[in-house]
Amino acid sequence: MKTLNKIIFTILAIPLLLSGCQTGNSGQSGALSSDVASKVYVKPGEHDEFYAMVSGGFSGQLSVYGLPSGRLFKVIPVFSVDAEKAYGFNEETKPMLNTSHGFIPWDDSHHPELSQTNGETDGRWCFINGNNTPRIARIDLGTFETAEIIELPFSGGNHSSPFTTENTEYVVAGTRFSVPYPQKDMAIEEYKGNFKGALSFISVGEEGDMDIAFQILMPGFDYDLAHSGKGKSHGWTFFTTYNTEESNSLLEVGASQNDKDFIAAINWKKAEEYIAQGKFRTVATEYAHNKYDDATHSATSTIKKSVKVLDPADCPGLVYFLPTPKSPHGVDVDPTGEYIVGNGKLSANLTVHSFDKVQQAIANKSFDGEAYGIPILKMDEIVVGVVEQAGLGPLHTEFDGRGNAYTTFFISSEVVKWKLGSWEVVDRQPTFYSVGHLMIPGGDSKKPNGKYLLAMNKITKDRYLPTGPEVTQSAQLFDISGDKMKLLLDFPTVGEPHYAQGIEAEKIKPRSVRIFKLEDNQHPFAAKSDKETKVVRDGNTVHIYMTMIRSHFTPDNIEGIKVGDKVYWHITNLEQDYDVPHGFSVMGAQNSELLVMPGQTETLLWEPLLEGVIPFYCTDFCSALHQEMQGYVRVSGKNANVPLKWSLGDHM
Amino acid sequence: MKTLTFLLTVSICFFSGCQSNTTADSYINSNIEDNTTDVNKGQAFIEDDGSTPNILQIAIGSKDHTTLVAAVQAAELENSLANAGPLTVFAPTNEAFAALPDGIVENLLKSENKGTLADIIKYHATPGNLNAEFMKNFKKLGMANDKSVAVEVVDGEVLVGGAKILGSVPAGNGIVHVIDKVLLPPNE
Repeated sequence: MKTLNKIIFTILAIPLLLSGCQTGNSGQSGALSSDVASKVYVKPGEHDEFYAMVSGGFSGQLSVYGLPSGRLFKVIPVFSVDAEKAYGFNEETKPMLNTSHGFIPWDDSHHPELSQTNGETDGRWCFINGNNTPRIARIDLGTFETAEIIELPFSGGNHSSPFTTENTEYVVAGTRFSVPYPQKDMAIEEYKGNFKGALSFISVGEEGDMDIAFQILMPGFDYDLAHSGKGKSHGWTFFTTYNTEESNSLLEVGASQNDKDFIAAINWKKAEEYIAQGKFRTVATEYAHNKYDDATHSATSTIKKSVKVLDPADCPGLVYFLPTPKSPHGVDVDPTGEYIVGNGKLSANLTVHSFDKVQQAIANKSFDGEAYGIPILKMDEIVVGVVEQAGLGPLHTEFDGRGNAYTTFFISSEVVKWKLGSWEVVDRQPTFYSVGHLMIPGGDSKKPNGKYLLAMNKITKDRYLPTGPEVTQSAQLFDISGDKMKLLLDFPTVGEPHYAQGIEAEKIKPRSVRIFKLEDNQHPFAAKSDKETKVVRDGNTVHIYMTMIRSHFTPDNIEGIKVGDKVYWHITNLEQDYDVPHGFSVMGAQNSELLVMPGQTETLLWEPLLEGVIPFYCTDFCSALHQEMQGYVRVSGKNANVPLKWSLGDHM
Repeated sequence: MKTLTFLLTVSICFFSGCQSNTTADSYINSNIEDNTTDVNKGQAFIEDDGSTPNILQIAIGSKDHTTLVAAVQAAELENSLANAGPLTVFAPTNEAFAALPDGIVENLLKSENKGTLADIIKYHATPGNLNAEFMKNFKKLGMANDKSVAVEVVDGEVLVGGAKILGSVPAGNGIVHVIDKVLLPPNE
């Protein structure tokens, strides 16, 4: 019957469709060709072609957008607490934000990085760095939740992170601020020679388990950004440095003295050999490793006690310095793995090193001295090209897979397209304003999808309706399928859209989880049916095992709670239906609501301060009887004798 | 009583809301050429084999309810039965439909009688997830067509509009009670 309807409709629709198209063509072809709106228009009910994972910068989160529409789908809490999703507020996720400094409810998230297989994005995970209290997070792209966070010891300002290797063998994390090594109480002016920069190589297991495989202890420079090699340069990772002057104050002057800084080229396959040979030191330290388990719906935090450290002075062939002009910011490797682009942010030029030439210079020992035992390669012998006077303040470069590179220029507020090999500039487009990173889906992988480019701006001034002194930051979408870049759309973002990664939607859509199976729920306080609901007192701690289903809580009347109790509401959503979360809130809760997915259990701690009968209710509009989804908890005085009692529908 | 009135109000909003959606959809389909999507739109047509089956899917999957399903489709009420609910649906068997006087079902399935048919089907649904035991608390139920059906307990067994509950199937969005009789709304 349904199929028949479909067929009939299709037959009826064909002439309609054809005539529709014809009218459109004859009447509007001129207008359409300049109509950029139609290029970003995704019809109601239809899906975008790409996901864009856009970092939230100082919001500490990761936002998920669709491209080309620029529609926002979700803000995933990563490093900052989120009262909406109870992240960092419920008992299950508090351990996610544990560190060696204790519970840290905020961070600054900068660089999303998708996992790769064979140098291509694979849709399994998105990594992102926390700058301030150095951490790396792994977001599961089945649940779109933060699954794991690892802290980084001996790091300060975790900025050159988390860039992946070709098969996600490692994500790397370099420290922006060098710190005393080991960290200790000492005079700041004794920086030079005493501060060190640790570059961490974090191994990633098949199931995503992150582990600091080793750290490389580098001179006390600032390590700004990184990218790993690919193809022929697989096995190497490149970090930019600035402040090779090792200045500890007024860096805006002090760190800009040298004409050249370095790109540090790390041979991590060599590092693996040294580790296997036991050439490392095991250094005692403390850092947190936090994991969320989808079966227990809970996170655990483990404090790890040591890390393996390699010293380049003891490990010949591990690190080389590639001299690169003027405080290079981004370091970007083209899809073939041959070109290593240094974006000297105080320069007008881009410097491109050749991986082949680097290998040759190493073989020929063409060194220009050394720094802290690390050979400096002769610049003339490794530079393959310079993009001359391309703009002011180059920051980052990505690639379209057709032999073109695109670089952002912060000071001149523009994106510049240039050709690999001939180094000529072929197009430039202004951005509004002061662009930082740019993103092409797969644009830092072996297989870019060169259809769109997203430029991320730090400043918008007059571009949107004003909202007081703080105005939104923005992302701008360009069509790069033709010879010239074409601005299609700009849209506001959450926090600072520091960097983003894009991926074909089809790589993720089929993996997206719809419900958690109730039978697989191993939460120690789960009530998997109404029969398992109960209220248990243990001293002044009370555990409420509660269920929720359209459209009631079981139990929904509770008595016998006293002022001064610590009440744990363990609430299981019994729904096994897609897109039916329930919420929970209770008056006077000093933390947040709960937002419980189908099949999940979450726990809210509530410490009532006042006597009375307190209502609680479902916060997520769940059903036609959502407003009926409510209950009461009676709070008696500290010394009251009201017995513990719970019920549902007893007095109909 | 208050609850009942409220249930009733909800049910009206709920169903009339769905109807106007359907109307809007058909309007769009017939008037805007650009809209090339299928006529079968809405929650009823989402493919989802991971979730607990909803009321509509349970009905479609039952060989004893082919007449009911045909009637629901003829009345275009699929989306309402796949909605978030919660809904309690009384599902007469094919046998129950066959017991109606000759020609009635055929007549109702004609497109000119869509309104009457929809009214009868809505008389088989009420908001809430009510199991048979729980229904004993009520004297009557406010049904989705804004009319009430009597509930009585005879020999410990609940009868709804005189119909016996032959079995009950929990659904993702409520519950289905299989009944042995078609419920006909009272005449004004």
